[in-house]
Amino acid sequence: MPRTLTINGQEISARSDQTILEAAREANIHIPTLCHLDGLTDVGACRMCLVEVSGSSKLLPACTTRVQEGMEVRTETERLRAYRRQIIELLFAERNHVCAVCVANGNCELQDAAIAVGMDHVRYDYLFPKLGLDLSHERFGMDHNRCILCTRCVRACDQLEGAHTIDVMGRGARSLIIHDMNVPWGEATTCTSCGKCVMACPTGALFKQGSTVAEMVRDADKLAFLRAARDRKVWNV
Amino acid sequence: MNLEELNATATSERLARAKKRHHIHVCVGTACQALNSEQIAKALQAELKQRGQSHDAEVKCVGCPGLCSLGPLVEVESRVNGQATTDAPEEDRRKSVLYQFVKPEDAAEIIAHLDGEPVKRLETPLDQPFFTRQTKIVLENCGKIDPERIEDYIAAGGYQALMKALTEMTPQQVVDEITRSGLRGRGGAGFPTGLKWGTVAKADPNAYPTNVPEGIQSRKFVICNGDEGDPGAFMDRSLMEGDPHRILEGMAIAAYAVGANHGFIYVRAEYPLAVKRLRTAIRQAQRAGLLGNGIGGTAFSFNVDIRLGAGAFVCGEETALMASIEGGRGVPRPRPPFPAECGLWGCPTLINNVETLANVPPIIMKGADWFASIGTEKSKGTKVFALTGQVVNTGLIEVPMGITLREIVFDIGGGIPGGRQFKGVQTGGPSGGCIPAQFLDMPVDYESLAKVGSIMGSGGMIVMDDTTDMVEVARFFMEFCMDESCGKCIPCRAGTVQMHRILTKIQEGKATQRDIQILEELCDMVKHTSLCGLGQSAPNPVISTLRYFRDEYEKKINGHHKSKPNGLSD
Repeated sequence: MPRTLTINGQEISARSDQTILEAAREANIHIPTLCHLDGLTDVGACRMCLVEVSGSSKLLPACTTRVQEGMEVRTETERLRAYRRQIIELLFAERNHVCAVCVANGNCELQDAAIAVGMDHVRYDYLFPKLGLDLSHERFGMDHNRCILCTRCVRACDQLEGAHTIDVMGRGARSLIIHDMNVPWGEATTCTSCGKCVMACPTGALFKQGSTVAEMVRDADKLAFLRAARDRKVWNV
Repeated sequence: MNLEELNATATSERLARAKKRHHIHVCVGTACQALNSEQIAKALQAELKQRGQSHDAEVKCVGCPGLCSLGPLVEVESRVNGQATTDAPEEDRRKSVLYQFVKPEDAAEIIAHLDGEPVKRLETPLDQPFFTRQTKIVLENCGKIDPERIEDYIAAGGYQALMKALTEMTPQQVVDEITRSGLRGRGGAGFPTGLKWGTVAKADPNAYPTNVPEGIQSRKFVICNGDEGDPGAFMDRSLMEGDPHRILEGMAIAAYAVGANHGFIYVRAEYPLAVKRLRTAIRQAQRAGLLGNGIGGTAFSFNVDIRLGAGAFVCGEETALMASIEGGRGVPRPRPPFPAECGLWGCPTLINNVETLANVPPIIMKGADWFASIGTEKSKGTKVFALTGQVVNTGLIEVPMGITLREIVFDIGGGIPGGRQFKGVQTGGPSGGCIPAQFLDMPVDYESLAKVGSIMGSGGMIVMDDTTDMVEVARFFMEFCMDESCGKCIPCRAGTVQMHRILTKIQEGKATQRDIQILEELCDMVKHTSLCGLGQSAPNPVISTLRYFRDEYEKKINGHHKSKPNGLSD
């Protein structure tokens, strides 16, 4: 069943099972995201894609809210822009995101988002916790200081690779991405070294070993391709 | 156990009780137990035996009678005229004496005075406002019955409501009765209970993909949320400890109404006594055929399991709670879909707070109109509060909705100790706000509390006197939210940390006017963008103290950028 809705005044049509985010992207309307990745289930965690919907007193995440007939969505209000900027500032203050010395410099979704929201300075205290670096895996590395806890690696490992090597430990600001039962990555027996987590990472937290500043280019589209091909049972004989 | 057997048990239990002239109730709730009340019960029993009065008097361990600040409490209920021959109702022929601060050494004296004058040095009046101003519905059995004996609950009219629902009402009639009663969720948000029940009853169990574990037959679930975690709140704990069968009965009625055959009670592991008594209650109810298959001789089946929370505050949030029951990480997920449509293992799930469910049996027994006659227009019935802080009488109270804060603090609570001035009252824990003295005459109901920037919450009520530092109050609650944030969404995870830093800076005298502005912006952002109720309400203590006690913030700001009188910074 097709649905007709407006996003920022523009009339668009969408399938009833589509989310606001999917419908917007098909209509070439950009809604910023960080925890969303095509091919993975959405968790609505980063709150960057919050939109205003007429008739709802609450802001709704575009990635998990389904379209409805006659919905009036606004994605670029002053208020939303201010909130997005604050969220990005909070992330920059939370851990260490110094772009100039980061493997993902120039290929980083957090950096792109900061530029998009016009973040030229951070109003909050930089916390710079010393979280360490895991280089125990022979091919990949993980820098917790660059991690924004979007859990894209967790979901890629679980939903696409089926290994569920990666998960989250602790809570709140003390949350940490771990491998198996919090062992060094290289000792995680369930890890298949497939590298899907590295492809999924939006920042410089997961990288191929040997990459230096600005060298870490990802191919996240492969994950979406993989998921779509599986859903269509392309490889079934 | 069918209805006749239930009635027979109740009658024989009441007869056995009538044979004893004195009933000595010893509170064995967590607070009194910590003060050695079990030893008191033992000493009283030993004393009775030694004096050969065991045939005439009995010692009973009961749940919390409420006045925790005077514990351990012992209540002696005696028949006045010796014989039960008059036509007056049972209560009128009995008189009660309440003893405070009882020690095991006092046992001999209490027993010696059973037939004579009460022990004056231990007595505390039962006609004080703390008792007379309360209306007890939910807590009617707390402090009266032995929570570890199902017969005691049955004698007090227990499980009659379940039988009535199962044998005389259709599930739809049960839902309608709850809807008409106007009962609203007691967990904090005040969502109409009947509406929730109706939604789950109508929900299609096959609407979403499900993966119910093997061995569980049900395709709808009832969950009792006992993950009470607000600092200063102990309503649900006392209820689970003092009257566990009432919660089971409420759950069974709810399950019948919505078509569920399996339920879970989610209790925090920090409540070992509540867990123990609930386990005992479940076992007894199963043995009596009041839980399990074919309840009361009907075709209705309902089983209950207990799940322990591992100490995460966020697991009181319904979607996080369900994730925890499923064995996953206790983090919330976006709603919709709401648990009523897609809950535990993808099945329609009814989640109600302990106190909400405890209201159900009396509504079924006495009718929706009776319940709706108590309270205000939009907030019906009573509310249990855990009265704590700088107030003379601390403890557990139950008051009709619409009572004023002044009555609670000064009549029931007995006012502020040490001749200090009342400054404010904090309701709703870390999700609520501070209400200043100017609103003392405001009625306590869902709407009025929301209007002044607080919430009803689950029932924590912390009274503060004029020595209280309101910035410190805000900082304390923010630290709590920061520690308890699950870390899933960025505004709550990182926002609470930054707000806490600013509040700490203010306390250390290192903050400027600009910091207050940043703090206010953060409050607004975290409130409106967080994923779940924890984050959405985390700024409330800051917002409300800034609203009513802004001068205290200003005083701590260094520099000379004082705000203008209208509260706006320059």
